Amino acid sequence: MGEHLLVNYAEVVAVALFGIGFTNLLLQKNMIKKIIGLNIMDTAVYLFLAEKGYIEGHMAPIVVNGDLNPDTYINPVPSGLVLTGIVVSVSVTALLLSLTIRLYRRYHTLDLDEITMRLKKEGL
Amino acid sequence: MELIRNFPCLSILLSMFSAILSSALKGRGARRLNTFVVTAVGALSACTLYFTHVTGQSYVYVMGHFPAPFGNEIRFGSLEAGMALFFCVIMLLSLNGGRKKLAMDIDPSKENLYYIMVDLLLSSLLALVYTNDLFTAYVFVEINTIAACGLIMIMESGRAIEAAMRYMIMSLLGSGLFLIGLCMLYDMTGHLLMSNIGSSVRMIAENGTYVIPLLVTIALMVVGLAIKSALFPFHAWLPDAYGYSTVSSAAMLSSLVSKGYIFLLIKIIYRVIGFDIFVNSRIINVLFVFGLAGMIMGSTSAIRENDIRRMISYSSVAQIGYIYMGFGLGTSAGMVASVFHILAHAATKSLLFISGVGLTDVSGDHKEFIELTGSAYRNVCAGLAFTVGSLSMVGIPLFSGFISKLLFSQAAVQSQLKMLPALIVLAVSTVLNAIYFMKTVIRIYTPVTSKYESTSMKKNVLYAATLFCFVALNVGLGMCSQPITDWITQGLSVFA
Repeated sequence: MGEHLLVNYAEVVAVALFGIGFTNLLLQKNMIKKIIGLNIMDTAVYLFLAEKGYIEGHMAPIVVNGDLNPDTYINPVPSGLVLTGIVVSVSVTALLLSLTIRLYRRYHTLDLDEITMRLKKEGL
Repeated sequence: MELIRNFPCLSILLSMFSAILSSALKGRGARRLNTFVVTAVGALSACTLYFTHVTGQSYVYVMGHFPAPFGNEIRFGSLEAGMALFFCVIMLLSLNGGRKKLAMDIDPSKENLYYIMVDLLLSSLLALVYTNDLFTAYVFVEINTIAACGLIMIMESGRAIEAAMRYMIMSLLGSGLFLIGLCMLYDMTGHLLMSNIGSSVRMIAENGTYVIPLLVTIALMVVGLAIKSALFPFHAWLPDAYGYSTVSSAAMLSSLVSKGYIFLLIKIIYRVIGFDIFVNSRIINVLFVFGLAGMIMGSTSAIRENDIRRMISYSSVAQIGYIYMGFGLGTSAGMVASVFHILAHAATKSLLFISGVGLTDVSGDHKEFIELTGSAYRNVCAGLAFTVGSLSMVGIPLFSGFISKLLFSQAAVQSQLKMLPALIVLAVSTVLNAIYFMKTVIRIYTPVTSKYESTSMKKNVLYAATLFCFVALNVGLGMCSQPITDWITQGLSVFA
């Protein structure tokens, strides 16, 4: 059990980062910190994918000199997934930030729980 | 018949391009385009349903020029096509029913933005229903989330924006878990197409390697989608999101968005993980327990609620609990019951939201029960429709809710260990449902001299017609249940 943790240290780091990001997104009160948590979480997934796609000693998957032997190159699919994932996480982050700006302009605080309390008090 | 194979792909593209086109149109143009697209997609899905139902097979449509392990695929059988058709019908009815309220709730200059979101929602739902690629499913899950968030926040009140923020946060937690689960699955199997992952997973399970990673992966994906579809302990965002958005949004969120995720989960269970492996994993017991808890807790929260919209929202939590309880039974009869309940709940919940707004409109826009007293006399049509919806949710024969309860209890009897808890909780939950729905029905039919004006059917023909369609759909589901369950069983059999 323990020796796998050392061999696959990059995956361990990725999953630990995922946990950190996840807890931040869930538990932080400050909305900006929540968004930072989201980004840590997504980036951890990309680290995991990049590590999985990399094969020691192989080259970037760009064909040079007509060499089509698959043993020359690393797996290109995870890189594609990472790119798509980045696009998704950028758009989601933008949406969350715009919501944060809206709420900040209205209530002059970034604390989501305080906003909820104030809304309940207003009874709107 | 070759032409029909293009229809699923065409309907996804049609709705997506209409969203792009809507951004250049004015409000009314976008509305007309949206109505046209939803109707057209419905017609295309109906053709596909007919075609797949007659042949009784499922078809693979290759996107682009790369064949199976590398390319992207769409796969459709009768269940997928029927679900797409059903989603279109519910979407069209929900939009029509809430049209008048929508004009009041949102700024006219932003009307086209609303329809962009609706078009995007439709395209992502269709993609979730049809796609055979797990990563494409993830991308469309996110598009679905963004579109749903737009539908909530279009009201621009502080409450709606806060609800949208909370919805986004919970949804992103869910999709994060789904994403890492999917990456682990890719890591173990080396495939992204659902069918290919499925065969690899079966091989892994037979060889007995990766036992714990497989279990963790199943748990991550199931929990991720459960958070997104508001299974009981993760339902905190739901009442605000449904209660403070405009009524069409609430109807679509409860009956389409969460159902899209559940349909994806069914697909993952059958096609990716494999039904046997899913049943043998211990995850289904967790789903079963949380489903039962949701059935009770959702209803108890609904009883305590003093706001009609939030009460209907909490009832959704209970109904989602029913669906997951069906998964948790771990029999194919349970799955059929769950799929039927997806249809029954979607038809009933949107009816309740749309008729509820008719009642609040004739009560000076108040949502509290005290103000709603006697409102069924002020808007007869909405009152009748609300009563039908309530009876259906409680599970009175003739309506769709009865059939799903019947199917759930038949499925529960088949499994020995889970029979007793499932039946007891079904009974308790039915009583609780009856308490809060009948309380509301009695309240709206209590005669009172009111300060509010009444309205008649002639003033808003479109609204009345929509309610009539909803009631007809509900009674139809309740009366013709046999062909529908046959269709579901047949669809599930070609699913894997």
